[in-house]
Amino acid sequence: MTVTSVRKDPEALTMTFTVELDATVERAWQLWADPRQLERWWGPPTYPATVVDHELAPGGRVTYFMTGPEGDKHGGWWEVLAVEPPNRLELKDGFADETGAPNDSMPTTVTVVTLAEGEAGGTTMTLESRFPSVEAMEQMVSMGVEEGMGAALGQIDGILAEARVD
Amino acid sequence: MVVDTLAEERADKVFHALADATRRDIVLRTLEGEHNISALARSYAMSFAAVQKHVAVLELAGLVTKQRRGREQLVRGNVDTIRKAYRLLEQLEAVWLGRIDRIGEMLAEERNGGDR
Repeated sequence: MTVTSVRKDPEALTMTFTVELDATVERAWQLWADPRQLERWWGPPTYPATVVDHELAPGGRVTYFMTGPEGDKHGGWWEVLAVEPPNRLELKDGFADETGAPNDSMPTTVTVVTLAEGEAGGTTMTLESRFPSVEAMEQMVSMGVEEGMGAALGQIDGILAEARVD
Repeated sequence: MVVDTLAEERADKVFHALADATRRDIVLRTLEGEHNISALARSYAMSFAAVQKHVAVLELAGLVTKQRRGREQLVRGNVDTIRKAYRLLEQLEAVWLGRIDRIGEMLAEERNGGDR
């Protein structure tokens, strides 16, 4: 079972997920540390990811591309900022061009992953992503950040509508 | 890491600001239009000073802006920033929710495979 809590903070431009995984910390670490496992979950089924380089060391690079239904390829990269197997990974995540070279005109996100022993032998995984600015998020979304486009909109509108009824 | 600390402090302020029912109410009212503080104060069973304090907390958290016009102090909810940021976060959230789902499925498959 995967229980998720999400905390979105539009002011600080951060998003934090807390996930309970039915797996040991060592097992959960492999999701990140093994490129073949990473490929199985990083991209959606319609845009599967292929990991090219995978060096989980400070300053190391992970590069990948995702292949779309038309054979279109979309590159991405991580820069590993910090790594403490099997508990912590801090990475900068960005876009790449067709050749796999980082596209510096596109925004980057910093994500911190922590894996801690949870209840009953499980693992609590937290993911905290920090976006540089509202404009950067807008740019990422307009690029069609993977399957992000289909997301439901207007939760704030819902809150406002409720408030008006009260 | 100064930037990180600042961001965290800001986040704390937002949560603190929204933890109070009166402050949430002020945000919602001022998101719908400008209010002057005196008018706002009359809406609540508390002193003008207390309402002013609540507004100051919200202002610090960036949830409202305050503007002086003559003798009036006008308070306005920072709707554009909040709404825009929230919508974008929702779309980016969907990316991670998809990944988390796939991780859950992978681990579940593995466990089922192991049982058999």
